[in-house]
Amino acid sequence: MTGPRQKFPEALVPENVKWISGVFAAALLLILLYSNLERFAALSLQIAGITRADRFGEALYFFIYEVPKVLLLLTAVVFVMGVVHTFVSPERTRVLLSGRRTGFGNVMAAGLGIVTPFCSCSAVPLFIGFLQAGVPLGVTFSFLVSAPMINEVALALLFGMFGWKVALLYMIMGLFVAIAAGLVIGQLRMERYLEDWVQKLQERTVFPEADGEPMSWPLRLGEGISHLREIVGKVWLYIVLGVGLGAGIHGYVPENFMVSLMGENVWWSVPVAVLIGVPMYSNAAGILPVVEALLGKGAALGTVMAFMMSVIALSAPEMIILRKVLKPRLIAVFAGVVAVGIMLVGFVFNLVL
Amino acid sequence: MKKVKILGSGCGKCNQLADAVKAVIASEGIEASVEKVEDIQQIMAYNILSTPALVVDEKVLCKGRVPSHEELKELLTNGPKGCCGNHGSSNCC
Repeated sequence: MTGPRQKFPEALVPENVKWISGVFAAALLLILLYSNLERFAALSLQIAGITRADRFGEALYFFIYEVPKVLLLLTAVVFVMGVVHTFVSPERTRVLLSGRRTGFGNVMAAGLGIVTPFCSCSAVPLFIGFLQAGVPLGVTFSFLVSAPMINEVALALLFGMFGWKVALLYMIMGLFVAIAAGLVIGQLRMERYLEDWVQKLQERTVFPEADGEPMSWPLRLGEGISHLREIVGKVWLYIVLGVGLGAGIHGYVPENFMVSLMGENVWWSVPVAVLIGVPMYSNAAGILPVVEALLGKGAALGTVMAFMMSVIALSAPEMIILRKVLKPRLIAVFAGVVAVGIMLVGFVFNLVL
Repeated sequence: MKKVKILGSGCGKCNQLADAVKAVIASEGIEASVEKVEDIQQIMAYNILSTPALVVDEKVLCKGRVPSHEELKELLTNGPKGCCGNHGSSNCC
């Protein structure tokens, strides 16, 4: 955090050259490892003298192949997001959103929700800070829905397990839910369902300012690495356990086991999945491997996606935190609108795919 | 005597910050009182968007992350250099 500001062209500073070549080498290594995963998994099985023909072998192969794959992707995505975060602080996002009108403001808020660093325990200060700076209530909600739902861990895991198309689709659908929910809440004019002290605070308008000076690239990349260390350090165990459980299901649960429960012809599976998912609190890392295994056994993608979205986007602890600033009716509307949006996504997925 | 406040609604990172600050104060022999502010209305008076935040003598020095031991030492002894906590780091609870 100390160190002199660089005065001459950035790319030529020795420290920058060191960092850039380091990142480049790491990227090459990642790609090399990533493209050899299948070979590695097959080879390990061979050495251990296990074939994929039986259940245990199949489950083991799944495990050896999936764990490094997901961890590698997660490493890459989380690092990139850590660097992106240094460009978009909550303060800067607030400046960008303040005074925006409904509509375009919602689209912007949902988009910024993807790249702005956010954690649910800061939800309350952020919420009030936005309102104080003149960000409309509906626009604030668009941000509040998108920020936790479309996070880098979820995207990286979806990418790793289902491919980039599903990850992209999840992102688009998440944006849709966030924008739509914010628009609806904005239309309902629910400002008076903010807690009274929040309404009073709102009268004391704050002129939003983005503080912070431009950072040098080594600092940004350093932030990326500390983000990486923190996130991957937190979720790797979940991933290993989750993939382990997934591997078990993969190897031992009969094919098409889930079709009758979560297949696409079972219309009620989407709402039930959302109802179960809303109060649940789990990070994306814990839930996804299980989700993948369910899909492999015939559960429909839309149903599973809706389940995942509702687990990540809404949770009982978050509601309790938000209760400090929202009256019960607004919380109910918030949860209801988001849940309905997610169900729609689930149905659309099941119909289209 | 410095008045140090840790703002945060009792999340994991807030406790981490409080412990880190206490450790620095103890090891450097800084004369300071440490208070944890968990009440959200009081927290909002400091106009911050992310917790935990470190406040020394009513000035917000750092927010949204837990600085390293070295950085905390710098902040608590010399005050802000104008480079802490403004980078939108995601290191929060």
